[in-house]
Order: sequence, then structure tokens, then C-alpha cells
Amino acid sequence: MQATDIASVILDIISTIAPDEDLSDVKPDVRLRDQLDLDSMDFLDIVMELRKRYGVEVPEEDYPKLASLDSCVEYLGPKLADK
Amino acid sequence: MSHYDAIVIGAGMSGLAAAIRLAMFDKRVLVVERHNIPGGLNSYYHKARRPFDVGLHAMTNYAPKGARGAPLTKLLRQLRIPWEALQLRPQHHSEVRFPGVTLRFTNDFEVLRHEVHRAFPAAADRFDRFVALVLAYDDVSLDAPQVPARPVLEEQLGDPLLVEMLFCPLMLYGSAVENDMEFGQFCTMFKSIFVQGMARPEGGVRTLIKLLRDKLTELGGELRFKRNVKRILTRDGRVAGVELEKVTGADAHVAPLPAGEDPVVLAPVVLSSIGYLETLGITEGVEVPPPEVYPPGRLGYMESILVLDREPRDLGIDPTIVFFNETDRFDYRAPDDLVDLRSGVICLTNNFAHERPLPEGLLRITSLASWDGWRALARPEPYAGAKDAWRAKQVEVVRRHFPPFEDHVVFTDTFTPTTVWHFTRHLRGAIYGAPNKVKSGLTPVAGLFLCGTDQGFLGIVGAMLSGISIANARVLQGAPA
Repeated sequence: MQATDIASVILDIISTIAPDEDLSDVKPDVRLRDQLDLDSMDFLDIVMELRKRYGVEVPEEDYPKLASLDSCVEYLGPKLADK
Repeated sequence: MSHYDAIVIGAGMSGLAAAIRLAMFDKRVLVVERHNIPGGLNSYYHKARRPFDVGLHAMTNYAPKGARGAPLTKLLRQLRIPWEALQLRPQHHSEVRFPGVTLRFTNDFEVLRHEVHRAFPAAADRFDRFVALVLAYDDVSLDAPQVPARPVLEEQLGDPLLVEMLFCPLMLYGSAVENDMEFGQFCTMFKSIFVQGMARPEGGVRTLIKLLRDKLTELGGELRFKRNVKRILTRDGRVAGVELEKVTGADAHVAPLPAGEDPVVLAPVVLSSIGYLETLGITEGVEVPPPEVYPPGRLGYMESILVLDREPRDLGIDPTIVFFNETDRFDYRAPDDLVDLRSGVICLTNNFAHERPLPEGLLRITSLASWDGWRALARPEPYAGAKDAWRAKQVEVVRRHFPPFEDHVVFTDTFTPTTVWHFTRHLRGAIYGAPNKVKSGLTPVAGLFLCGTDQGFLGIVGAMLSGISIANARVLQGAPA
């Protein structure tokens, strides 16, 4: 999976769990929490969806690595390389 | 023997919400419910061909669509239910009535702030500072320290009557503690009732239950009704599953399961919504804590529903909910007599902004009642006669608050703490459970977790968030796929 694909996967998951959020202008280098109304329950759902859709495991101590789209791409890149 | 990833005991608001979360992430989940319909403490029934709700007067925690950070928004997201599906109809206005002072409130908090400033001008600044403290308090933490609310309110507000008037609706709508609340619970209730406000789904509790049930079924979750959990099975200190029996007939007798249905259902995780003592009481190899360590709940209610031949508004009754207290000090405790008429709640179901008017007028009056007193009365008499007599007294109380309506009553029905026990098996019919909440959801048995009333998030939205939080924290988070 390419970097742009990973970003769109994350945005697609966010649109599923938070359908009210406007995702048209999410800045990749800014923390998702700072631009969207997401809390720890929502981040759990992002992790659960990654597991459900791609079989990717994100241990709890790695949740901070999903802070922004850029950090998601960096962290998930190797895990999604062959997906 | 059948195997599941998780078993949920009780198909009330918290159990259904927990099961939805687990099923959403591909857990094989079974919900077992003793009654023949879901809902638990917030359910429904038919009598004289009329549909009635039980429990739900209003959904607290009202929030408009997409309100940022609101508990209702979080709840709907977690369950993936669209806001519109709840068909929430906001209240008109509600009141706290004490002798000589009335505070009105609506779903706009500024109305209450203005009312407090008007009625308690000397305490206005202190009230505003207190509100800021309540809003900032982290009341949803699963490991927050438990602090009594009364000393905090007395110190912060300085006016004993204002303290009582704020306590009155919050205690009546959720405190399992006599004459006090845990401060985190006070904050939860203050925000949910005064700051966020109240609404009713267009179709009442049925609308909500149908949404939850449909969602669970759509996700592949299973529900079994008329099944009592006889024992929670354990092995080497870990939960192993449950043993079921069948509930039969109107008297709710239990019997072995029909041939072909295995009474033993295994699962590595059991979430119980039936109460802490109720859960431990049926768990293998566990000692139930004595009352001095973990006392059972003491707060029960008698509620009468009066069906009117017209809308309450046509009789000059326009508030949605009135919380009243007729003495100087609000005394929130199990009454010495069968019922305590000095305080209570009057709910006018029609006075939410429904799109279609309800077919009849509905007035509910709810009063504190004694479990021990009602339990001691033989059936059918003198129990039935006592219900009629106390309902007549409740009507007199309502009459002191509103213009004449008695001639328009066409049907009545009444429940007591024993009715609640009969249908839910919550100890002593205590609808708010035991006073000591187990916020962590942990029990002495690994894999056995508590959600719902005794976990301690209050109200209908709170109950669902309880199921969600415990499912998230104890099952989904960090659990291997």
C-alpha cells in the first residue's frame, strides 16, 4: 500500500466512525485530535477497524503513533506494505 | 456445548450496548435475558390495550446533532446509530419546586443560571464558580476517587436551600446513596439534566430498544429471552461460562431448558449488567461481601401512571417534568412508611415536542417507597388495596401542584419496588442499584466484568455508555484478535 492509500484508509475509517466530521481539509502534519472532534474511544475504533479490515495489530502503547495522518503513514507503512 | 467469545447477562440498555460493541468487532456474543422482552429497567408493556413505558421518563444528556464532545454524540458514534434515528423530541420546560421557591430549567442552561441568580442573588457568583468546577470534573474516568458530594456543595454554594434544590432532581433521577451522592455522579447528573437537558424519543423507550436490538441482530449478535442465569461458571479463578435455566409463565418460575438446548454455554468473557451483589451471588466459588462491606441499594419507588382523556396542556398543565419537595429539607432515603409523599417527580409525557400528538394524556407521579414495607404485604390483599390507597394519596399530591385533572383520569396503573424486583430481579427493587459503585467494572473473577447500574454511569445514555466503556476497556482494548 502506498502512502496516499494509507492516508485515505485512515480517512475512510474516520468517516465510518464519525460520519458528522468534515474530512475535506484534514492537514496531514497536524494532530487529528486538534482538527477533528475525536477522543480516545474514537481512536480505539480506528485501531479496531484496522484489525478488522487489514488484520493489523496496533498495541495500546503505539496509539500515540496514530496522532496525525503523516504519523499514521509512517507507522502503518511497514505493517500495510503487503496489503 | 455451545461456545461464544462473550456472554452478556441482561438485555437492558448497558447489556445491549456492550453486546453491540463486541459484535461490531466480530466477537461471537450471546445476550441472555430473564424477561421476555429487552430493556431491563427501561422497558415497556401493554395493559388495557394501551402501550406504556416503564423507567424512561425522559432521556437525559440531550444534545443536538453532531454536538462536539457531548455524551450523546459519543454514544451514537460508538453504536454507529444516526442521531436522526432516535427521533429525539426536546422537553418544554421543567421545574424544581420547593416551598416558596421554584427554579425553572430547559435544555438551555442559561435559563437555570438566570433562575438561580434571581432566586439566590447572594449565591450567584458562587453558583457560577461551582458550575465551572462541575464542568471541568472528570466524571467518566474508570478509576476516579469516590468523594461525597454534599460537603463539596455546602462549601462551594454556601446556601443550604440551593444545595437541596440542586440535589433534589439529581438524587431522584439517579442516586443510590441516601441523602448524598458521590461527587463524580453528581457532576454526571448535573451535566446530563441541567446542562444538556432532556428529550424523549418520538415513540418512547420502544424506539430506543428497537434501534439497539436491530443493530445487535444486524451485527450477528444473539439474544435469548426467558433464560435465567442459574450460575456463572468459573475455573481456577477465571470465568468459564454460564449455566442457564428457562423462565416460565407469569410467575417467572424457573425450569430446566427444553431438550436439545444445552444449559451450559461457555465463553472466556462474561459481562454482567444485573448488579454487583446479584452477580456475585450466582458466581461459583465467590464469597458475597456482607452488607456492612457492600450494602445493597435501599432506594425504591412507587410510580402511578394516570391516563387522561386529554392533553395535560388542555388542563393548564404545561411543564414537562416537575421535581418537588414540600418540606424545608429534602429527605432522600428509604421511607419509614410504605411511601414518602413529601417529595417526588411528576412527568407529563405529552409535554415533549412530539411531531404526532400522543393518543391520550399521560401523567406519571413517582414517590420514594419502602421495599421492606411493600415486600411484607400479602398478595393479593392487602397489597392491592394498599396500592390503590397510596395512588389516591399521590393524586392528592399532584392536585396540590396543578389545576383540577382528576375527572379526566380514564385509567391508572401502579408499580412498587416489588414490581421492579419481579421483572428485573434487581435486589430490593432498587432501580439505581447499590450505593458503592464499581467503576472499574472489575470483579474478583478474571474475565467477569460488571456493566450497568452498579458500574455507575447514570441515566439511559449513561447506562449505554457503561456497557460501551466496559466492553471497550476490558474486552476490545489490547485483546488479541
